[in-house]
Amino acid sequence: MAGIVGYGAYVPCYRIKAETIARQWGGDPAAVKRGLLLEEKTVPGQDEDTITISVQAARYALQRADISPADIGAVYIGSESHPYAVKPSGTVLIDALGIGPKVHVADYEFACKAGTEAMFVAWSHVQAGHMKYAIGIGADTSQGAPGDALEYTASAGGAAFIMGTENVAAEVLHTYSFTSDTPDFWRKEYEYYPQHSGRFTGEPAYFKHILGAGRGMLEESDYKPEDFAFAVFHMPNGKFPLRAGKMLGFKKEQIEEGWLVNIMGNTYSGSSPTGLAAILDVAKPGDLIFMVSFGSGAGSDGFIFQATERLPDIQGKAPKIRAILDQNKRYLDYGLYAKYRRKIIFNSPV
Amino acid sequence: MKSPQYTREIPQRYRLEAEKCRQCGKVHFPPRLICDACQSQEFEQVILSRAGRILTWTVIHVPPTNFDLEAPYIIAIVELEEGVRLTCQVVDCDPEELAVDAPVEMVFRRIQEDSQADIIQYGYKAVLSRP
Repeated sequence: MAGIVGYGAYVPCYRIKAETIARQWGGDPAAVKRGLLLEEKTVPGQDEDTITISVQAARYALQRADISPADIGAVYIGSESHPYAVKPSGTVLIDALGIGPKVHVADYEFACKAGTEAMFVAWSHVQAGHMKYAIGIGADTSQGAPGDALEYTASAGGAAFIMGTENVAAEVLHTYSFTSDTPDFWRKEYEYYPQHSGRFTGEPAYFKHILGAGRGMLEESDYKPEDFAFAVFHMPNGKFPLRAGKMLGFKKEQIEEGWLVNIMGNTYSGSSPTGLAAILDVAKPGDLIFMVSFGSGAGSDGFIFQATERLPDIQGKAPKIRAILDQNKRYLDYGLYAKYRRKIIFNSPV
Repeated sequence: MKSPQYTREIPQRYRLEAEKCRQCGKVHFPPRLICDACQSQEFEQVILSRAGRILTWTVIHVPPTNFDLEAPYIIAIVELEEGVRLTCQVVDCDPEELAVDAPVEMVFRRIQEDSQADIIQYGYKAVLSRP
């Protein structure tokens, strides 16, 4: 059965605390942290973007898969912050990692679920026997407008998953997608920051789609929430995934391992994929993993994975995401953060 | 940098592709037409390891164009495991954290862009190896 043969996740070392942003805009730091269940978020270095994050995550995935990059037949990167409007991020990644040139490459976009789209299509290719391996990546250096609620959470990071049918470390047992036209969050061409419809992003958007995909997948698969060792949901803030999980019947203990948002922020297309990587870092053979992403616009992709006997053999072959999150944290004040995120207008472009 | 020159240098800048002399074994980075040790013109392509150590470094306070926003930044001479020495930025650390022989890992990062509208030039930089 097809599934994940290698995985990797990466976040930059820079951080800004929620209270630093709150103080900048006259907010109450304690109320913000309590409301979002979030301490701090990752910030990309000045020399980092979706491509460099994807390359690092995919390099770790290759280390774990222990395969030749030349055997990868497809590369898909899902992101809402591709550095180029016209020139695929995947073209740079394949040349950085020695993949191709006989390879199918595409960039995906679906707000925060572009990463699971990439994973789904990569898995579909190997499941259908089109190719030996395919890689799906979710990564972002997401932006929130200064002073907007999104600024507290929009962060940087990503995860990569190599799909195959041999030496599988986590089998894909079931998938389910749930999609509708829901204008909860959007960014039009030439606009720098996204717009959102406030509280409409909650019940009619996030919860409708997460619960729709989650309930549909449970019904089709005949599994019950208590069958799963772990569950991970898209993490736009700390509260939403815990509440969605509870509404589906999952306990906090099943969600905690992949719940990175309190120390990472919302890595958008990399959010639930990075949480999945954290779970794969500790899962044991036989463990069932429940995953549902969410992308505004809106839709959710669901996956049920089962860890195999091979997973413990590859867990230590690359850095684990919680270790990456814990080491070499370099905190920024708001001025440096604004500089790193290119929020400052200069006299001449630099 | 114009697209043709950038494209020519992708194997070295992206993948650390070097050439090893088939006659004397010396590794050249970037590749050369003639081995400076034995004058052979026969080479095989090798990918350099991404692990190395710092030989020496300096801090740039007055940067060239395109690097204005990064100053002050660290430039080091790094020796990779194959003995190849290269000059690159060391990022995600302060100068006080550096030391001669400190182990580093080569990573893939943005190097520069000539303007907001021009191509993004990617390549290698070093980060300190952390346990």
